[in-house]
Amino acid sequence: MFKDWLKKYDDDKKKVIDIPDGLWIKCPQCLQIIYSKDWNENFKVCIKCGYHDQLNAYERIELLIDEDTFEEFDKDITSVDILGFYDTKPYTQRLKEAQEATGLKDAIVTGKGQVNGIPIFIIVMDFRFIGGSMGSVVGEKVVRTVERAIKDRKPVLAVIASGGARMQEGLFSLFQMAKTSAAIARLSQSNIPYINILTNPSTAGVLASFGSLGDIIIAEPGALIGFTGPRVIEQTIKQKLPEGFQRSEFILEHGMIDMIVERKKLKSTLYLILNHLWRKEWED
Amino acid sequence: MGRLTPWERILLARHPQRPTFLDFSVELFENFIELHGDRLFGDDPAIVAGVGTLEKESVVIIGQEKGKSVQEKMRRNFGMPNPEGYRKALRVMKIAEKFSLPVITFIDTSGAYPGIGAEERGQALAIAQNLKEMSVLKVPIIIVILSEGGSGGALGIGVGDYIMMLENAYYSVISPEGCASILFRDASKAPEAAEALKITSDDLLKFGLIDEIIPEPNEGAHQDFQGTVDNLRRSLITVLSKLRKKNLNVLLEERWQRLRSYGRFEEEK
Repeated sequence: MFKDWLKKYDDDKKKVIDIPDGLWIKCPQCLQIIYSKDWNENFKVCIKCGYHDQLNAYERIELLIDEDTFEEFDKDITSVDILGFYDTKPYTQRLKEAQEATGLKDAIVTGKGQVNGIPIFIIVMDFRFIGGSMGSVVGEKVVRTVERAIKDRKPVLAVIASGGARMQEGLFSLFQMAKTSAAIARLSQSNIPYINILTNPSTAGVLASFGSLGDIIIAEPGALIGFTGPRVIEQTIKQKLPEGFQRSEFILEHGMIDMIVERKKLKSTLYLILNHLWRKEWED
Repeated sequence: MGRLTPWERILLARHPQRPTFLDFSVELFENFIELHGDRLFGDDPAIVAGVGTLEKESVVIIGQEKGKSVQEKMRRNFGMPNPEGYRKALRVMKIAEKFSLPVITFIDTSGAYPGIGAEERGQALAIAQNLKEMSVLKVPIIIVILSEGGSGGALGIGVGDYIMMLENAYYSVISPEGCASILFRDASKAPEAAEALKITSDDLLKFGLIDEIIPEPNEGAHQDFQGTVDNLRRSLITVLSKLRKKNLNVLLEERWQRLRSYGRFEEEK
């Protein structure tokens, strides 16, 4: 009875404090209330503190690719439950829920488009779909995109947002790391530029494969970038991690990436890099 | 042995008396000479690299070593490599490529080390480099999963032309404990996770993710070490002689096709 009352009390309280859907957004970092129109127009970067919120795959493409130039590849590849995997729920159900929640078939969107007129091939991960995890579909779509880029001689951009390999496909997921890295090796042998943009978070199996093999690696500010997640490290070494550990700024300082670029300057930076590395090819 | 549960297999793979890489390498290879250091930061005792002979032919050998005594285990960080271990492995593989020596790698790790220094020195980037370079290394590569195949830490020296797995070894995308605590929200559910993840040699052979199971006679490698070594030696010699005969372009194309084929999915036409 008391619990019921408490729940009702909590619910009532929420009703009063809850921000009406869609009108205002509370920045997760500085906790300021921001008008959601401002939030969205600033590509989900907090106008007060610069916090970079996650973008979904299509928002990312809209940010980086010229309007009306994007053409999507391999839209209809879907995951299968190879292992008959179940944990608190079956993998098939987990997939279905993720598909319904995101409108995506899996944690990745691939295609081609232009960056201020320069044609490129693009791979974008979507964290909303089972933590942006890499299973067979992600691996296959990365490889197909890279194969097309080699054939067409076009630069490849991969935007990472992933917690790592997808546990529910077992060793098949681990082997996607080898599969995607092998594709990047072939791209590299063809002397075609490969660029990574690391966003929050870029960790584990995806960072330890195609996610960090770029000729040039760019990170958004404040992104978590690392092999092992901070909680597991803390549990292993039994000590608190230093402030800013595994964040973009820390990773830059340790020499693992080329630069940190804030979201609104990503496209122009990309354009500049492509111009330097690839102008001779694309102008022909 | 067929009646063991996946969890029992894991316990066997972690058995304190189970032989480790150096036990095997002493039996399998002659004239071994160890090569140290990554030429960048340090020498990682969790990965041993060197050159030895198998059937009078020189081969490059790389293996993860857990150690036996408490002191040695600590020195070898319980077989959990740091980035310099992966970078040493790659350096020695480049020597193999330069002098046309085949590479045999031995995997036995619960995972790459999750530490502050490992992150500062780019654990993920070191592993990624190895995956990329091994996929195009211009010599045959044979991989042997000895006991624990712990995730990216195992795969970091695990890309090549042929994968053998000891009968009671396991190979998994995540430790059963890690999987249990993330997905089942309860680390004590590791036996269930071990079952769900399909990590035994039988399952992985059935999926086509490994090529061969090395039988461990008489209740496992710690009970009949010599029997296991004999089986492993025989297979290594057979596979190596097949791979040596392959034209380099064919070898590399087949390696690529093999990596390319990993994964199962559906596609609407």
